[in-house]
This record gives sequence, structure tokens and C-alpha cells, in this order.
Amino acid sequence: MSFLSYLINGISLGSIYAIIALGYTMVYGIAKMLNFAHGDIIMVGGFTTFTVVSTMGGNPILGVLAAVAVCTILGVTIERVAYKPLRGASPLAVLITAIGVSYLLQNVALLLFGSNSKQFTSVVEVPALKLAGGQLSISGVTIVTIVSCIVIMVGLTTFINKTKMGQAMLAVAEDKGAATLMGIDVDRTIGVTFAIGSALAAVAGVLLCSAYPSLTPYTGSMPGIKAFVAAVFGGIGSIPGAMIGGIILGVIENLSKAYISSQLSDAIVFSVLIIVLLVRPTGILGKKIHEKV
Amino acid sequence: MKSLKKKATFQNLITYAIVIAFWVFIQLWSMAGQMTSLLNGLLVPICTYVILAVSLNLTVGILGELSLGHAGFMCVGAFSGAFFTKAMADTIPSVGLRFTFALLVGAAAAAVFGILIGIPVLRLKGDYLAIVTLAFGEIIKNLINVFYVGKDSRGIHFSMKDVASLGLEAEGEVIIKGAQGITGTPKASTFTIGIILVLIALFIILNLIDSRTGRAIMAIRDNRIAAESVGIDITRYKLLAFTVSASIAGVAGVLYAHNLSSLAATTKNFGYNMSIMILVFVVLGGIGNIRGSIIAAVILTALPELLRGLNNYRMLIYAIVLIAMMLFNSAPKSIELRERFLEKLRKKDKKEAA
Repeated sequence: MSFLSYLINGISLGSIYAIIALGYTMVYGIAKMLNFAHGDIIMVGGFTTFTVVSTMGGNPILGVLAAVAVCTILGVTIERVAYKPLRGASPLAVLITAIGVSYLLQNVALLLFGSNSKQFTSVVEVPALKLAGGQLSISGVTIVTIVSCIVIMVGLTTFINKTKMGQAMLAVAEDKGAATLMGIDVDRTIGVTFAIGSALAAVAGVLLCSAYPSLTPYTGSMPGIKAFVAAVFGGIGSIPGAMIGGIILGVIENLSKAYISSQLSDAIVFSVLIIVLLVRPTGILGKKIHEKV
Repeated sequence: MKSLKKKATFQNLITYAIVIAFWVFIQLWSMAGQMTSLLNGLLVPICTYVILAVSLNLTVGILGELSLGHAGFMCVGAFSGAFFTKAMADTIPSVGLRFTFALLVGAAAAAVFGILIGIPVLRLKGDYLAIVTLAFGEIIKNLINVFYVGKDSRGIHFSMKDVASLGLEAEGEVIIKGAQGITGTPKASTFTIGIILVLIALFIILNLIDSRTGRAIMAIRDNRIAAESVGIDITRYKLLAFTVSASIAGVAGVLYAHNLSSLAATTKNFGYNMSIMILVFVVLGGIGNIRGSIIAAVILTALPELLRGLNNYRMLIYAIVLIAMMLFNSAPKSIELRERFLEKLRKKDKKEAA
């Protein structure tokens, strides 16, 4: 029974990684940039909900909506101010700018909220599910996390395959120049991608803080990196890949924490990534790119 | 070709001269009694970061591969060097001699890791290579945190569990204590030693760049397929550059370790954040520009400390300066604007001359 509960918790953690990884992978697919600040958007989402719910005594649902709104606006603003002027510049320049944005968000949060960790009250009020005569208990947060992950996955796939905007995203990801010639507004498409990615990060932030209720300005940093690993693991740029990568990563992390060593769990996660990339250099579902001379 | 070589030698001499001038300046400054303890404490870290930036520039600028795990090699160097110093305390009583050997041990250990990691990693490309180097850096940091090494009359004992499982004799000494790391390393690093190491690192890297090997490495960077077709052994040269870079980072690690009385692998000193910080030095100084890396490392290490009076705002300012500089330096629009401005200035000059 304990194995099953570790597995379910792993899937729940993996679902959070998957939601973050979706944002990473969409932005990478379209803008071809590693958005290092993505993890810190998670933290902003967490702090927004914290402020609305704990400080102002607001409704948890209002808190989540506020987080989504703030992060969406933030994501779009960051793209406009910091990344858009660098379109066409070297990828390294964009990477360093993203790192600068990440430092900026962390330090603004540090000034506003201080470095002490804040006790986050879970926004989930779903009771725990007891199975097998009470032997297996699944917490409300876990259920909500897994359900929201599935909803997001289905919603996002539908959005990309059925709407005009989604098709435009695919086109821009494939070839920016050709997309422009077809009358697609590339800047707007990239803006929408950032908006969606950041909104997802806000949801992930609230779920993460509900499951692990301590909030500091650096909360988003490590989950951000892990989600990035998950995105690479599944094949960066691929949406189902991000999902699979995230969940596998969460399960491996939780099982190795439970059965091997809690200190080594990160090392194990990263080793699995390395092994996967050595066997399949573009991730599990990544496209093979043939090199032309 | 000959004049090209002469020009390169001249440029290199300027780089050495800048480093030596910096050393002379600091010596005069402290003789004049102007040295604050804050500034004094910064000198060895500055040398450490300069060495790290210069060595990472070899991977990023000359080899053209993005590495986000440079702090991992520094970590290997730091721990192996400090371990050597502690373990050989009875065998080699002279601190200076032990430190010299520790530097070599650190360099060798980091080079071994460079080869071990380089062989699989260098098969990958671009962002995938970046994430795998990041992963390796984190793995090294994590492993050191569960590593226990002790020494007694029977020899050296390892364990990955706890102190008790080392099975030491009563008078045995635990040297690496898991997450607590190594304590009681003699403070052998000084500013002068740091500068000498910077000069040695520069000598190795600048000569490598100007050699046949260096040209082969840069050919791989510029066009891998063309380089391969003229008979350059890609794997060999890539691995060589990566290993030299790792080994020099290891030396920086030894310097870093002997500047602290207690050494532990934390997220702050050997995590990916450190690797990223070194990368920031390299990019801001100019990719492939060794002298730029030195200047960027000195300024960006000193800047947050000099802004200490601004307290919590200093890292905020650092972040804003970083973003603004990247936008100013790399945004296509800003480059165009600057060129137009320079063009205007030139025209004005011509008019005045005429």
C-alpha cells in the first residue's frame, strides 16, 4: 500500500512539473529561447494567492484567479520589455536576459515579502479520499492537482489543434518567416504563448504551494529547473512530451526519495535525464533533426 | 601570417599587463593604507572568478558549446584540493608546498571529471548539451553532500551513509563530513597567489587559442562539418578544450577552498546559480573575448559588494543593470541606433576637418 501512495504522490508532483513544463516547452517551441524566468513566475503566482487569501482574507478561488491574472500580465510584459527587442539577437543574449529577469523577480519578491518563508494556507478544500478501508489515503490537493493537470492537457491540445490561434502557434513554431508571409501576426502569437505559459505557471504555483506550504522568493527556482528537465526529457517543443516527462520525473523523484535516499533524489532525477538524452538525444517524443551540409 | 601572429602576441601582452597592473595598483593601494577589510576580503574571490570566467570562455567562446555546469568542476577541484591538504597534513608539513600540490591535485581531479563528463556530453548539441552539463553539476554537488571520508592509521575510508559506517579507529579523523563538508582547511590563498594563478591560466588559454590546436577548435565552432571534412578530429579537439577548461576551473576551486575555513557544497556556492553567474561574466565580457571576461568578472564581483550600502536594493540594481546592458549590447534595434549615431559623429568630424 505504501508503494501505491508514494506512486500517487509522485504522479501529483509530476503533474505540477508537467504544468510548468508545458509553459517551458510552448515558449521554447515558438520563441526558441530558454525562459529561465519561468520558474520565478510560479513564485509570483504563489505570493499573489498568499497575499489575497492570507493577508487580505479573500476567497481562495479569488486568490487563484488573481494569481492567474497577475502572472499573465507579468508574462506578457516581460516578453514585451525584455525579450521582444532581442528577437534576432544571439540565443545566449536572450538566455542571459532571461536570467536577469529571474534575478529581478526574485529580488522584488525579497524586498516585498522578506527572505523568511511564509506559511501558505492550502487553497484546496476537497476532503481526502480514503480507499481500501482507510489504508490508502489520497489528499485533496493530490486529487485536485492530478485533475487540473488532465484538464489543462486536454484543453491545451484542443486549443492548439482546433482554434485559429493554436494553428498560428504551430505555424510560427515551424517557420517564422513563412508564417509572416501567410499573414500571421508573429508578435501577437508569441505574446499569446507567453500569456498562456505564465497563466499555467500561476496555476502550478498555487498547486505547488498548496502541496508544499512554504513560500520564499526562491520557491520557484528548483521546480522551474526540474520542469525544464522534464520538458527536455519528453522532447522540448512537444506538448505531450512535456506531460509525460513531467509525470515520469515526479514519480522517479518521489520513489527515489522513499526508497533510496532523500538527499540523492535530485541526483537520481538528473542521472535519468542524462541516460535518456544519451540514448535519444532529442528526448522521448522529440523530433529528429537531420543536419544539412 | 607572421604579422597576424605578432599582433596576437601583442594583444596577449596587453592582457597580461592589465592583470599585473591590477596587482600593482592593489599593492600600492594597501601600502597607502586605503584598503578596507571589505575590499581585502574581495581580492581572492575576484581572482577565483576571473579564472572561472576565463576558463568557461574557452568552452563557450572558443569551443562554442554552452555549458551550465562549470561550478561542478570548481566543486571537484575545491574538495579534492582541500582533501589533499587535510590528508597530507602530517606527510608534508609545509603549508605552501602542500598548497602547490593541492592545486595540481585539484586540476587533475577536475580534468578527470572533464573527460568523464565530456565524452558523453559532447555528443549532444546546443540546449541539450546545456541542460546535461547543468544536470552533471547538480549531481556532483548532491553526491558530495552524502560523501564521507575519514583517515586513520590503516588508510583512507569512504562511505556514502554516515560517519559511523566509516569504521574509523579511535584516533582516526573524519575529513569530509557529508553535508558539513571539510572544516579546518588552512587559509593558504592570498591575493598574490591568486594573481599568479590568473596569469598561468591566461598563459595556458591564450597560447592554446593561438596554436594549431586552438585554430582547429575554432574551426569546429565555426563549421563542424567543414572542419571534419578537412580532417580535424572533432571529438578529440572538443574533448581537449572541454577538459582544459574543466581543469582550470578545478584550480579556481582549490583557490576558493583555501580561502575559507569551512567548505560545504551548498546551492549557493556550487549550484547551477554559480555556473550561471560565471556565464554572465563571459557573455557580458564578450563571448570569445578573454580580456573582456577578466574585466567583467572583476566589475561584476566588486559591484554588488560596493553597492552594499544600498542593502537589499543592490541585487535588484544588479538585475536591472544586467537586463539593460544585454538590451543595449545585443538588441538589433539598439545596435542599429548606435551605428547611426557613430555615423553622424564621423560625418561631423569630416566636415570639421574640411
